[in-house]
Amino acid sequence: MKTLPPVDVLIVGGGWTGLLMAKELGSRTPLSVLVLERGPIHNPDEYIKEMDELDYAIRKRSGVKVQDCSKETATLRRSGNERALPLRELGLLIPGTGVGGAGEHWGATAYRIMPDCFQLLSKTIEKYGVKRLPADHSIKDWGVTYEEMEPYYTRAENLIGASGKAGNIQGRLIEGGNIFEGVRSGEYPTPPTATPYFSALFRDAAKSLGYHPFPGPNATLSEAHTNPDGVSRPGCVFCGFCNMYGCMIGAKAQPTNVLLPVIKRHKNVTIRTGPWVRRVVREKSSNGRVRGVTYKDSSGDEVFQPADLVILATWTLNNTRLLLLSEIGEPYDPATGKGNVGRNLTADLKFAAAKVLMEKPLNRFMGSAPTGIYVGDLESGVVDNTNLPFLRGGLLRALNSGYQPIGTFGRVPQSVKSTWGSEWKKAAVYWYDRMEDVRWDGEVFAYKSNYMDLDPTYKDVHGDPLIRMTMDWQDNERRMSEFGTAKGVEVARAMGAKEIIPFGGLGHFDANPYVVTQLRGGTIMGASRDDSVVNPFLQHFQASNLFILGSSVIPHAPTARPTLSLIAMTIRTSDAIVDRYLKHPGPLA
Amino acid sequence: MKRRHFLTVSASSVGGLLVYSLDGKAFRLATDDKAVLIPLRFFSEDEALIVSTAVARIFPSDESGPGAQEAGVVIYIDRQLAGPYGEDRYRYTQAPFESGSPDLGYQGKESPREVYREGLKPLKGLDRLEPAEQDARLKLMEKTYFFALLRRHTIEGMFCDPVHGGNVDMVGWQMLGFPGPQMSYREAVNTHFGEAYRPRPASLLQISRFKIRPSEDEK
Repeated sequence: MKTLPPVDVLIVGGGWTGLLMAKELGSRTPLSVLVLERGPIHNPDEYIKEMDELDYAIRKRSGVKVQDCSKETATLRRSGNERALPLRELGLLIPGTGVGGAGEHWGATAYRIMPDCFQLLSKTIEKYGVKRLPADHSIKDWGVTYEEMEPYYTRAENLIGASGKAGNIQGRLIEGGNIFEGVRSGEYPTPPTATPYFSALFRDAAKSLGYHPFPGPNATLSEAHTNPDGVSRPGCVFCGFCNMYGCMIGAKAQPTNVLLPVIKRHKNVTIRTGPWVRRVVREKSSNGRVRGVTYKDSSGDEVFQPADLVILATWTLNNTRLLLLSEIGEPYDPATGKGNVGRNLTADLKFAAAKVLMEKPLNRFMGSAPTGIYVGDLESGVVDNTNLPFLRGGLLRALNSGYQPIGTFGRVPQSVKSTWGSEWKKAAVYWYDRMEDVRWDGEVFAYKSNYMDLDPTYKDVHGDPLIRMTMDWQDNERRMSEFGTAKGVEVARAMGAKEIIPFGGLGHFDANPYVVTQLRGGTIMGASRDDSVVNPFLQHFQASNLFILGSSVIPHAPTARPTLSLIAMTIRTSDAIVDRYLKHPGPLA
Repeated sequence: MKRRHFLTVSASSVGGLLVYSLDGKAFRLATDDKAVLIPLRFFSEDEALIVSTAVARIFPSDESGPGAQEAGVVIYIDRQLAGPYGEDRYRYTQAPFESGSPDLGYQGKESPREVYREGLKPLKGLDRLEPAEQDARLKLMEKTYFFALLRRHTIEGMFCDPVHGGNVDMVGWQMLGFPGPQMSYREAVNTHFGEAYRPRPASLLQISRFKIRPSEDEK
């Protein structure tokens, strides 16, 4: 094995969190920073080439923009009694690859996590008593509060130029914004994005029912903006090619347009593409510290890259898998509840509460992934669960994401039973631009039985075991989804729908439809090493020179998509490293 | 060397036929051409005729608009199967192959090419039957994975960018009012509430100044 010259800081993974940490450390310290990214470099100036639904959203340009699952995938089973099978095609998850990672094709929703999610266990007990908690739950407090996070949310929003309307600035409620949100220190950097036809219908219907609709906050600029780093981006043109595409004009915040221009100004940061990191190296003799990583380079050679500080930023499944493969920390055992690596695997609960068939055409092709109207009245911590058969809540949403035909063709009224032939085709053509969803996005608890470990059967291209997910929905989600469906149908009715197709109910966790790339858990954060892998500064409890960034640190799945929060947490960790750790290397908490 | 197969189609059946050659350049065949020979990359001519017939029953031409025949769906599928997708280059194909709950996705060993090759065998002669008989034959197999794939590929071929060989002359997009990739709807997005806004469609090759290399042409 070849040993390379050591670096001060080694970052594994070049997506949102890894590149953000590289930018922060590169610009605020003289340290040598090396980012290892196994995928290629993308050229955002040529993203217009990606406006091709077949190649980017359907075939997904494997190996170029998203992880090539022929080389590495994950396995899934719904319970410990089932045999896990590999996800042979990307569908359920769409992990990114290359510089920018999934941050190049993300949907750019930038909604903050509701305040009491950070103290989920104590707040739930305080409000409803310990008896209301599901027997199998594994929820906890995160070790950081919303109030502590607020300044970092503000910095994150300024970095990406988030567009939105504040509903609560320092306790002052503002009509038109989300009056149920956590207290904000100030307004969004850019005004809310447009409200196209379908979203406007939803907004007016929601208002008529007494709800408080607000424009969904997002990272696709409503107007031109220059961030504190001097990076300028233009306003969105609503071409509709966001989810699964790089933004052709850079209106959507992406690591390549927000972070790379700054990184390039700092000679102490290097991005090395191609390395496939297989192990984090830790020696017992080194007091628990890690020494670097080993990787396979693009020519197939094994390489040892030493470093003083190692930061894992390789997304939920890979962060967890790397710790398990490297035997750092104790693997979680659901039978005994011992061990923490792999625990608290969660996914988003999101579905079309009501498919709405409207009389008039909707011009669905216009929009941007996160453009839409939200209703926060039923959110976690807002809705009163006392007399409801479930805990927590969620958002009702209508989006004008900009839709393409392959992915959304074929939906027909319930009276049409055929799935091919003339009757089906006529209906599908007629309703193509008249049918849209009222959605429910709900909070999901962590459970003892949902976790990750190494698969005993299936291996990656280098012979290392794949990560195995054991994951299923539980009764709390099933009951919440019935509630969300009923509420969505109510709004759809008020929209004047000609027909409404309600959600058919939550079955088992299903690998076929795209659910979310933002799985959470596996290396969760918390105040205690007894039930967490990293401390609230995302520093490993046993190895103080190892930090872990990304969704793997999130202990359960709040309604909010994690990316904005991960950007905020990464900034917080970078402060802790620069202001405290580098002065006195050692545990920060 | 394998005999080169061609699909013979009537140019008038595909409107002003726009065909993309191997190097991605578009060429238009005069509409008065009586018969057009399109080189096949994967199917034999017999197979292509069956596929062409089947996809036209799945997505027929009728008063609601053109169908799979006019959109060139068979050409689209032929190119997909000939390319990396057809040979499963990006699917996880490590053994063991176990059958599991359909919720866990397709677990079969067979690549799309193999699924088609096998799936087409029982449809031999389909193109020589009456439409009602064709539907009856297809009905018998509508629960198979092959049929699911054929149906999915038909929708792809109807509505993909024309660079992939389907959606010829953007006939699929025009039928739905989908304008393809466009540079901006900045003004339009706030207007046209409740009325159909139908800008003239554009394809990727028309809007991009960069060379487009579709995934099916990857070596």
